[in-house]
Amino acid sequence: MKSGRFWAWVVFILGAAYFFIPLIATIEFSLRMRRGVYSFDAYKVVLGDSQFQATFLFSVIVAIFTILLGVLIVVPTAYWIRLRLPQLRPIVEFITLLPLVIPAIVIVFGYIRMYGSNSPLPFLGSNLGANALLVIGYAALALPYMYRAVDTGLRTIDVRTLTEAAQILGAGWGTIITRVILPNVLIAVLSGAFLTFAIVIGEFTMASLLNRPAFGPYLQNLVANRAYEPAALSIIAFIITWGCMSLIQILSRFAPRSASRPN
Amino acid sequence: MAEPFLSIQHVRKSFGATTVVEDFNLDVAPGEFVSFLGPSGCGKTTVLRMVAGFEEPSAGKIVVGGKDITRLKPNQRNVGMVFQAYALFPNLTVAQNIAFGLKVGGMPRADADRRVAEMLDMIKLPQMADRYPYQLSGGQQQRIALARAIAPKPKLLLLDEPLSALDAKVRVSLREEIRSIQKKLGITTIFVTHDQEEALSISDRIAVMYGGRAEQVGTPFEIYNRPATKFVANFVGTLNVLEGKVTDAAMGTVQVNNQEVSLKGKLNGSKSGDTLSLALRPEAISLGRQPGHDASLSGEIAEVHFLGSVIRVRVGVGGNTVSLDTFNNSTTPPPAVGDKADISFSSGDMLVLH
Repeated sequence: MKSGRFWAWVVFILGAAYFFIPLIATIEFSLRMRRGVYSFDAYKVVLGDSQFQATFLFSVIVAIFTILLGVLIVVPTAYWIRLRLPQLRPIVEFITLLPLVIPAIVIVFGYIRMYGSNSPLPFLGSNLGANALLVIGYAALALPYMYRAVDTGLRTIDVRTLTEAAQILGAGWGTIITRVILPNVLIAVLSGAFLTFAIVIGEFTMASLLNRPAFGPYLQNLVANRAYEPAALSIIAFIITWGCMSLIQILSRFAPRSASRPN
Repeated sequence: MAEPFLSIQHVRKSFGATTVVEDFNLDVAPGEFVSFLGPSGCGKTTVLRMVAGFEEPSAGKIVVGGKDITRLKPNQRNVGMVFQAYALFPNLTVAQNIAFGLKVGGMPRADADRRVAEMLDMIKLPQMADRYPYQLSGGQQQRIALARAIAPKPKLLLLDEPLSALDAKVRVSLREEIRSIQKKLGITTIFVTHDQEEALSISDRIAVMYGGRAEQVGTPFEIYNRPATKFVANFVGTLNVLEGKVTDAAMGTVQVNNQEVSLKGKLNGSKSGDTLSLALRPEAISLGRQPGHDASLSGEIAEVHFLGSVIRVRVGVGGNTVSLDTFNNSTTPPPAVGDKADISFSSGDMLVLH
């Protein structure tokens, strides 16, 4: 047993080192902008940059719309599959995995062909149209994560019996989804939402090829032209992502509890 | 029966090539408590779900209060239902669960709160209003589920094995409470169970089901004492089955283990030489010849179990074994295994199984 414990600690330390050493190195580099002394100058430059603020705000707004679209598509779909069409689950799961297989650049080229200025649906001819396409593209990219998160959440409740209980009390489908199903899978939905947020904030290909003022292209531009600021920006993005993950953990405390999950 | 409140007429349900309910018919009077009793897979829950609207009958119709509800959706039927798995909404408090149907129906907040308080008083859990389902015991959850089902004043109450998930002691007290509430409110009720003691103790009538059909519908007394079929006789209560042969159909004489028993008036349609299955409930049999018992058989004591106030004796009668219970007598020791013994019974208590 002692030998097992020893090697467990060795593996843990090696894994932690693999993870933390580059992170520490990046933090250390980001503090070296002022020669000879550690300072937060790189962070001040980044956070004070109006481009950073504008692109980050744009990406946040796009992320919010992406999350809303994802929830609107995924929650009713996953619910209906679980309730009425379980035989379709393998097909739907395959479809939700496609965005992992099809590169984003292929999706964008498809967009350009379908919605270019010469097509019957010239979405790319306007900013609003292009933003809408970006949201839809991101919803597709986040689909594997959102679907899996929601499907896992639905597994923890007895969907069929709760639905029947609500129906027999007079509820229609809208009431059932909004007052019974969604509140009970809210944490799962939030998990999917934060994963979607992390994907959108860091995404480059679609935003760049659709020429959108998003955070991903800004980050790439900064990396190409500056030294210390990209390191600071990476740490900021890292903190934001970890912040989102921590929020999931905090919010999960408010999830409806069940006898099988009393804490 | 006067105009029935619930009428299930020639209802059939098939899933693909498999028919799970076959030509089911039942009329239920207003305020009546009817149990569907049967083993797993007999179709009792399927019939209940068709009344609730969760399954559509393949044929037949369901009429409630004179209205054909066969094709109505569950949320249009004004029916209350209690599920085996409680089905309380985990994200809502007890009070919110009970108020759910009221709010969906558009009841004003003040009226809904009053009704919720009334329901909590009825089930004697007024202090639980702000708790969540995970904080309640199984029995408490089921009582809340009952209150939630009754709160919107449904015209029919359906209970799908509501006590199966509970321990024995809670089952007994809760079934009495369910019956008491049902009687007080006068709601027509269908109760599905596989537990015969439950069905016998609280029902006005029982529909014993097997293979998708109603084998017999009757009062608990009728079901127990005058089972119409072999299945009902075997399923409900304990039964001693003896194989006999008709020696004189006109005189009603049957031979059991080379002993003659007279069953006048019970051998309708049987001919001399026919073999029959004859059944007796344990409480109908006495050890030794008793006054008032016009039939007897001789045998040998095979087993004796002293249970305190009751002594359970098994007597071998030829190739058959008969179980009977006799009360403990402080002055008379129980019989010994191997003793010769007579058993006596009234020929009127013997059942001929078909």
